[in-house]
Amino acid sequence: MTPHTLQFMPSAGFRARSKAVVDNPFLRQSFRGAMDFLMSKRAAQFPDTEELESLRTLGESIRQYNLAKLPTLLEQLEANLTRNGIQLHWAETPDEANAIILSICQKHSAKLMVKGKSMVSEEIELNHAAEAAGIGALESDMGEYIVQLAGEKPSHIIMPAIHKTKEEIARLFHEKVPGVDYTDNVDALIQIGRNVLREKFREADIGLSGVNFAVAETGTLCLVENEGNGRMCTTAPPVHIAVTGIEKIVEKLEHIPPLLSLLTRSATGQNISTYFNMISSPRKAGEKDGPNEVHLVLLDNGRSQAYADEQLRKTLQCIRCGACMNHCPVYTRIGGHAYGTTYPGPIGKIISPHMLGLEATSSMATASSLCGACGEVCPVKIPIPELLMRLREEAFTAPHANPAMRGQGAGYSRLMTGIWRGWAAVYRSPGLYRMVSWLGSRFGWLMPSNQGAWTTVRVPLRPAPKRLRDMLRERG
Amino acid sequence: MSARDRILAKLKAANAAPAALPDVAGWYATHRVQEDAVAKTKRFRQCIELAHAETYAVSRGGWLQKLWEVLSAKQIGNLLVAPGTAHGARAQAELPALGIACPAYDQPIENWKEAMFRDTPAAFTSARAAIAETGTLILWPDANEPRLMSLVPPVHIVLLDTAHIYNTFYEAMRQEGWASGLPTNALLISGPSKTADIQQTLAYGAHGPKELVVLLIGDEQ
Ligand code: SF4
Repeated sequence: MTPHTLQFMPSAGFRARSKAVVDNPFLRQSFRGAMDFLMSKRAAQFPDTEELESLRTLGESIRQYNLAKLPTLLEQLEANLTRNGIQLHWAETPDEANAIILSICQKHSAKLMVKGKSMVSEEIELNHAAEAAGIGALESDMGEYIVQLAGEKPSHIIMPAIHKTKEEIARLFHEKVPGVDYTDNVDALIQIGRNVLREKFREADIGLSGVNFAVAETGTLCLVENEGNGRMCTTAPPVHIAVTGIEKIVEKLEHIPPLLSLLTRSATGQNISTYFNMISSPRKAGEKDGPNEVHLVLLDNGRSQAYADEQLRKTLQCIRCGACMNHCPVYTRIGGHAYGTTYPGPIGKIISPHMLGLEATSSMATASSLCGACGEVCPVKIPIPELLMRLREEAFTAPHANPAMRGQGAGYSRLMTGIWRGWAAVYRSPGLYRMVSWLGSRFGWLMPSNQGAWTTVRVPLRPAPKRLRDMLRERG
Repeated sequence: MSARDRILAKLKAANAAPAALPDVAGWYATHRVQEDAVAKTKRFRQCIELAHAETYAVSRGGWLQKLWEVLSAKQIGNLLVAPGTAHGARAQAELPALGIACPAYDQPIENWKEAMFRDTPAAFTSARAAIAETGTLILWPDANEPRLMSLVPPVHIVLLDTAHIYNTFYEAMRQEGWASGLPTNALLISGPSKTADIQQTLAYGAHGPKELVVLLIGDEQ
């Protein structure tokens, strides 16, 4: 098998990509507008603070209860899916997951796969792998379809094409969809997408989807969506392949209603999504539609590393609502593409290091103001700021034996550590502090006027010619 | 070792401490009211109409008349029905005389997929139950009333008995005992298909039905 090509090297170029967005007033405006819209929709869904807080506490306890039992629940899920006739596959890496999916496609001599929205399929870069194997992989979520047509990646986990204006989409459809005239009427644009994709749902050999929740006690795969493309992908083609991370499991069916309520209200401010799809088996004898085969691919890809550590395990509570990115002042300014990872924003910063290693992601944990907004809105109470602090420590302290994370110490620099140690020493010793501040006030003029990144947008830092203590003394 | 065994071994090695069973029942008991039948129906209607569905109150015997009126108003002369169900059989028996053809979904989709996608303007199904809190229909497709009926045709008309409206999703699954057996595909539907993927502008009929019509039996106030 060819090694999986790592498309994502977020640390490389993160600053340059962020700057490109910050310098583009149109993009900034569109992200700002979209995030304001999503924030106010969410706020309208939670008018009662007590209800919200108690539901978040319940959501957190459901996720923690189920994560605590994860290995047992995976085995229970396996037994019940198998009893129901759903075939289960396990993959440790993106390459393994792709190989499993492609071998199912090849067994059916598939030419076309239609895909419902699945962030895990983005994570494993299934589209590239499928195309390399000669299988067409077509995104059918409207936003994902637009992004795929443009040759881009999603910039938000819930609203993939949020960075695009309707005029850009109108031009894209006019250029890329045969026989389409330019129109920026949103209803007309959706109709164009609908017409193209309807043909594909009918023709496709394979339907692929993600999974929002897998229920162990019943062996059921649950999918949340508004468009109906998820239902199309899981019903119209003869084979359905679902792919999900190993953490998306709940033991009991009754765990679903609170999580569903938190998910749709936090994500798009809807009290429920248009469709909630619960799939428990392939087509049974006598049934007239539905796939004859249903497969589930369970992916690890670094999740078991997060699981191994009690604090980092909380990362896996995530239900992928996207609220943390909508409320993040950094995401709002730089958008999803700047991160260079499948999952952007606060959740991206805490999950990507497990998937890609700290070598590739050490700068992400530092790209946070630690304002706490992400932790405050997270419907399952993931302490994101606390986890970011932990990841900074993992990335920037000297490498040691038995690290909790792959790439531990990747951002470590002896010089930087030395500087901070010196800084700490100065502030710990009054005598040394007095001496350094005295030197600073005398020789401040020696500070260079070019101070790297600081002076690209600010005036140079220069110690004041008089210290506060001197001024106070003069006053008497 | 297989990938399965390696993954499970890693997870088990973490020795996660057990966590307390969440009290879902307690939360619903303290945070959701139990409404009477009239209030539940009213709430259901309000919510599903907000989600852009059309609703009509009908009597147990009189729904066929309303069905015909809806189809006539929409100029639909062709309605896909499920002949193995009582409501499907009645539609098939009575609508053709009123000028509406009622083809039956009586063979596997492979035999007529193209016609389903291209020449089926509307379908008529029942809902097993509904949820007042969110304005949601619960569908339980089976051999008689297949899954694609509520998805492919641009207009989906649903018959709902208001006696089967629950307060919440939680109440529906508990009272009906879903945990001990779910069908191939159980569905919650809360309005016609929609998307806001283009510049956050809401548009209906993204991939599924553009219109959802609910006939509410027993809501005659
Ligand atoms: S971390 Fe929390 S807020 Fe962010 S996507 Fe996950 S569940 Fe939503």
